[in-house]
Formats: sequence, C-alpha cells, structure tokens
Amino acid sequence: MSDLLSLIIAKYNYWLYVLLMMIGLYGMIAKNNLIKKVVGMNIFQTAIILFYVSIGYKTGATIPIIKSTDTGHGVIIRAAEYINPLTSCLMLTAIVVSVATFGYAMALAVRIYQRYQTLEEDELRMRLSEE
Amino acid sequence: MHWPIDIIVLTLVIFCAIAALSVKDLLVTAILFGAYSFLMCLLWTIMGAVDVSFTEASVGAGVSTVFFVAAIFRTSRRTKD
Amino acid sequence: MLYGTGEFPNWGDPKSPASLHVSDYYIEKTFEDTGVPNFVTAVVTDYRGFDTMFETAVIFTAGLGCFLLLRDFRGKKEHYYRHVPTGVILHVKDDKKTLKVGSEFEYMDKEWVPPDLINKTVCRILIPFIQIYALYVVAHGDYSPGGGFQGGVIFGSSLILLAISYNLKTLVKRIKEKLLGIFAAVGVLIYAGIAAICMPMGGAFLDYGKLAPLVPGDPHHIRALGMLGVEIGVGIAVMAVMVIIYINIVSEGRHDEGL
Repeated sequence: MSDLLSLIIAKYNYWLYVLLMMIGLYGMIAKNNLIKKVVGMNIFQTAIILFYVSIGYKTGATIPIIKSTDTGHGVIIRAAEYINPLTSCLMLTAIVVSVATFGYAMALAVRIYQRYQTLEEDELRMRLSEE
Repeated sequence: MHWPIDIIVLTLVIFCAIAALSVKDLLVTAILFGAYSFLMCLLWTIMGAVDVSFTEASVGAGVSTVFFVAAIFRTSRRTKD
Repeated sequence: MLYGTGEFPNWGDPKSPASLHVSDYYIEKTFEDTGVPNFVTAVVTDYRGFDTMFETAVIFTAGLGCFLLLRDFRGKKEHYYRHVPTGVILHVKDDKKTLKVGSEFEYMDKEWVPPDLINKTVCRILIPFIQIYALYVVAHGDYSPGGGFQGGVIFGSSLILLAISYNLKTLVKRIKEKLLGIFAAVGVLIYAGIAAICMPMGGAFLDYGKLAPLVPGDPHHIRALGMLGVEIGVGIAVMAVMVIIYINIVSEGRHDEGL
C-alpha cells in the first residue's frame, strides 16, 4: 500500500497531463461545432507541450540563464544547477506552429461561414449533400 | 518547488478546459480559452521554463484571443452543442 | 497511456535519462562557445538554427494562406456616409457615385459606434511604449527570456490595438498591405541570407563563426551578433504576419470595416 502511495506521489502529474490530453482529444472528435474542434486541438497541443516541459524539470534547480556573466573561462558551470534547456527550445517552435495553425483555422471557419451560413458539422453535411 | 500550488493550478486548468468545451456561447469559450492559456503560462513558470511561458503569455493570452473574437464577430455566436 | 506512465522516471529526478547525457554538454559549453548566457536562445537560434528557419517559413506560409484564402478585391457595393454637422446618415447604394470625404462627410461602418475619447487617448499614449518594449525584448533575447518571436508578437499586437481602438481604416491607411507583405518576406530572407552568407566564407550553412572577417569588432562575439541578426529577421516576419492575419479575418478580406 505504501508502495502504491509513493508511486502516486511521485507520478501524479503525469496522470493529470494524460487526462488533459484526453479532454482535448474528446473535444476534437465529439463536438459538432467547427470552432470547438479547433479549440480542442489547441488544448491537445498545449497539453503535449506541458508534458515535454515537465520532463526537463530537476528538483532544486533554477532557470536556464547563467547567474553571473563575469565567469570568463575560469569558473565551472555545474549542470545539475540548471534545468534542462533542450526541451524548452523544442517547445518554442511547437507554440509558434500552434498559433499559426490556429490563425489559419479561424480564417477557414470564416470562409466556410460565408459560403454555407453555418458552422455545425451535421448541417454542413446536409448542405454539402444537397449540392 | 511547492507541490500544493502545482496541484491547485493543474486542477483549475482542467476545469477551464472542460468548461471551455461545454458552454453554448462562443464568446464565453473565447474568454475561458484565454484564461486557460494564462494558467498554462503560470504552470510553466513554476517549472522554470521561462522562455516557453513568455511565448505562451504573449501568444495565447494576447494574439490568439483576439483572432478568436474577430472570427466570432464574423460568424455566429451561438452554437448548438 | 496511463499504464505507460508507470515506466517513467520520477518527476524532478536529476538523474533521469532526458537530463543526463546530451543536455550537460549544452549547459556547460554554451557560454564558452557563444558568449550568450541564455541557454534556450542559444540552442534555438544557433545550435538548432535550421528548425527556427523553417518555423519562420511556417509562419510566413500561414500569413500567405490567410491572404490567399480571404482576400476579396471587389470591395463593397454600398457605402455609408455621415454628415458631420447634423448627424444624418446617407446610404449610397450605387458603386459609381462616391461623395467627396472632407470636413462635411465622413465614411462610416455599418455598425457605427460614437468615438470614445478616453479609449482613443489612452491607446494613443500606450502604443509607442508597447513598441519600445517589443524592441527591448528582441534586443535582450540573449540575456533574459525573450527573443525574436516574442518581440515580434508584441509589436504586432500593438498595431492590432491601433486597429481596435480607432477603426480599421486608420490602420490600413497608415500601413499599407503591400508594405506588410514586403516585411514578411524580408524577415524570412534576412534569416536565410545570414545563414547563406556563411557558406562563401568557408563554413557550413548556419555556422556563424565564420562571419568574423565581415564584421568590425571583437571576433569572439561573432556568434552572438549572428544570433541577434537572425532574431531581428524573425521578429520582423512575425510582426507582419500577425497583422496580416488579423486584418483579413476581421474584415472578411475587404479591408474596410472591422471591430
């Protein structure tokens, strides 16, 4: 029992991230409105970014900027004092791509509304099959 | 890093996400989406990734909400589900 | 997926495999190689500069796609004018007869709101400060969190603030659409250009170290200067694309009315 408890305490955050990802996936698949699907996609993307950033965290370490810049070439920088910077930089690109996709999806939604006067998926299907 | 603040913010994030997907008015979704983005930014600051959280603050709670509201302005505001 | 998390290392463990092998090299050698204290900016623009170049291309493509999808060059067929002294609204249905806009008549959007003085004045004062802050964020990307992309987004949102507080026509008159398109393309070209100049100087594609003979000054700092130039390119491209996407969404491509 204490083994399970220590397992939960050490890893509870991963389960919450998985829950967030599933919420986003549910929104993408099960909602009828197109804009809600896009919101679900964005929730999914930010949950994945959260997961990656949390991998690079070290207990007791500080942000990835060197503390004093007059180190020159003499002082050694200990790697255990700084959190892992690699995961953050890959996620910067992911955030940029997610905002570009979001802007483009909004433009597509406006265009679809101009053409078909609706944004619900079942009504869209009916109007498409009538043409 | 303090685990109580982490759990509180994570719970709020999950509530925001569930609420943003279930309301019927799209403007409420836009505001909740902005709040969700800001809480994510807080989470990343807690974990130490300051560059990621700066980017998310400027993009998610700024420009992304503006695009959303502009798109709602040009399409309808109510949804059926 | 929940079962897979059983195999993960504990949270915050300094000995987890993600933090052990590769990132130690980056943390220890970044300051010696490049002279830049912010590890994340150094990795993003220097060690993995190829990714950032294509990310800029992705943003440019999104802006281009929004422009191609929504832009409507036909313009509206009916115009609304408002006689300023009396407040009478004229609805001119014919496209060919246009009234001369001057001190008597002014253009009007279909949903016209009376101009709010407090709103306009406060935003007018704030916008230059926001722009200075955006340039500060771009320039200090090496020493504090920030960088090219964040500064570009802040600059773009200051222009969107101008469009929201006044009306869209003010923004379109000040910053023409052709200028925005040129800015977006120039941003990507600056990035690719700096990367391509390294090749004739004898290095690989993104090797800023070989640019030393071209720039007067301390050759130790050449990598940091290359990073700064690249970030300026990214900032310009992102700023232009944010404004392009906003203008096209809010006016359905016609560039006349707006929020």
